[in-house]
Amino acid sequence: MSHPSAAELALTSNCVAETQAIGAALGELLVAGDVICLRGDLGSGKTCLTQGIGRGLRINETINSPTFVLIREHQPSSGMLYLYHADLYRIDNPLEVVGLGLNEYFYGDGVTVIEWAERAGKYLPYECLWIELTKTGDAARSLAFRAVGERYEQVLGQLQAGLQHCAAPSVAGEA
Amino acid sequence: MTRILGIETSCDETAAAVVEDGRVLLSNVVASQISLHQQYGGVFPEIASRQHILSIDTVIRQALEQADITLDEIDAIAVVHGPGLAGALLVGLNTAKALAYAANKPLLGINHLEAHVYANWLLSPGTPSLLEPWFPLVCLVVSGGHTDLILMEGYHRYQLLGHTIDDAAGEAFDKVARLLGLGYPGGPVIQRTAEGGNPQAFHFPRGQVDNPYDFSFSGLKTAVLRQVQALRRAAGQQVEEHGEKLVDAASAAAQVELPLADLTASFQSAVVDALVSKTAAAAQAYGAQLVLLAGGVAANKLLRMEMTRRMDVEVRFPPISFCTDNAAMVAAAGHYRYIAGLRSGLDLDVDPSLQLVSAEVLA
Repeated sequence: MSHPSAAELALTSNCVAETQAIGAALGELLVAGDVICLRGDLGSGKTCLTQGIGRGLRINETINSPTFVLIREHQPSSGMLYLYHADLYRIDNPLEVVGLGLNEYFYGDGVTVIEWAERAGKYLPYECLWIELTKTGDAARSLAFRAVGERYEQVLGQLQAGLQHCAAPSVAGEA
Repeated sequence: MTRILGIETSCDETAAAVVEDGRVLLSNVVASQISLHQQYGGVFPEIASRQHILSIDTVIRQALEQADITLDEIDAIAVVHGPGLAGALLVGLNTAKALAYAANKPLLGINHLEAHVYANWLLSPGTPSLLEPWFPLVCLVVSGGHTDLILMEGYHRYQLLGHTIDDAAGEAFDKVARLLGLGYPGGPVIQRTAEGGNPQAFHFPRGQVDNPYDFSFSGLKTAVLRQVQALRRAAGQQVEEHGEKLVDAASAAAQVELPLADLTASFQSAVVDALVSKTAAAAQAYGAQLVLLAGGVAANKLLRMEMTRRMDVEVRFPPISFCTDNAAMVAAAGHYRYIAGLRSGLDLDVDPSLQLVSAEVLA
């Protein structure tokens, strides 16, 4: 079996609104079964980016931190996709993810976004879209995208094309 | 007279209780996993959901035994079916359904937030009897997973006025305690550390939000992290300008002599100020005749004190054992649904994102 190919994209955001705009642009491209894995320290903007993804999925309700409840399920307004928002901040051993039933959301009727996804270890689908957020200033953040698998390469290509077209957040470079 | 069996498994506590007439506690059993959590610095979900299955039977038996009552003598079974973690909720709901079916008792589906509000109806053993809460009232439910401002204009009539748009207040306590290397759970340890500290030593932001009754605590934890970095720099320590890792901050807190009392007092005061200001504004705008506190953070002494000091109307808060997740509050909420004739079918399902709506709408 050959490994799926991977593609990368680096973006910068100067503020919360820009991070959410990038999320919204991404959210509009997603389909049922997509899995987005976020990593980055506390305060790096993971929940903020997820709020943008929710906006792109036309979810009207507040998307707040699932740290305590571990997984929040958000209903779409109409005819759109569910957003399953997981947060593995409290997970110390990847095996706990199995007990949590996280994988039951992966192939369902919605989009799964996982904060602190690296804590799930091998219990994540091999093909997914990784986004690493880093604080580069008080409000500025860098977003490093890594698409694993054809589906996510395609998403990343569309995202890049869309962002260049509207030229809102700056595309810092691509590998 | 009613006797309701309550069951709660929405997050990390497996709990069962028997309550008489919605107010008198006959038993209250909580199998807490807090010692496991301390070991792991947070909820340990694999153990949490597995532990629900292992504990639920024993916990219910104990609740009935301590109440000196049989299942037959129970009038109805009240169970939380959301919001919460799907796998955890399922354990409580399926057990409740099985018992209701086998013993031929009515099933009452309860919203977890509704249950927290009803903790204020419970009478704590050995204290003088209080009047039932009156309406209209505003209740602040504040815990690790929730920061919600609820208007109650009568029984079963709820309106959610505001909520957190990012982190819950209890979550902010936990994350700040972790970043200062103080341990888990964050609420009690921050309260203890803050004793004798100067709440004005550091100015931390009160989150700005559009809706006057919404809360935001995400910026606050980042502000505390930045303050810790600044203090380390002042102590001559090398600190990276950006990309600071929280884990590093926690271990560095041990190396540098941080003014922990002042830091925690200032943080606690920022959280309490935001909670009290918005609750006061809501109480005034909606002509509330009573203000209630509920949820784990309602155990915080400063919050209780400030809420009482700054409110024009009476303020009530439950005893600490009814603030954190328990099943007595579920049974209390169940009583008022039961006497109003509200019932749930055996087809009741868990709803991890269950909204708090008026019962008329539900029925």
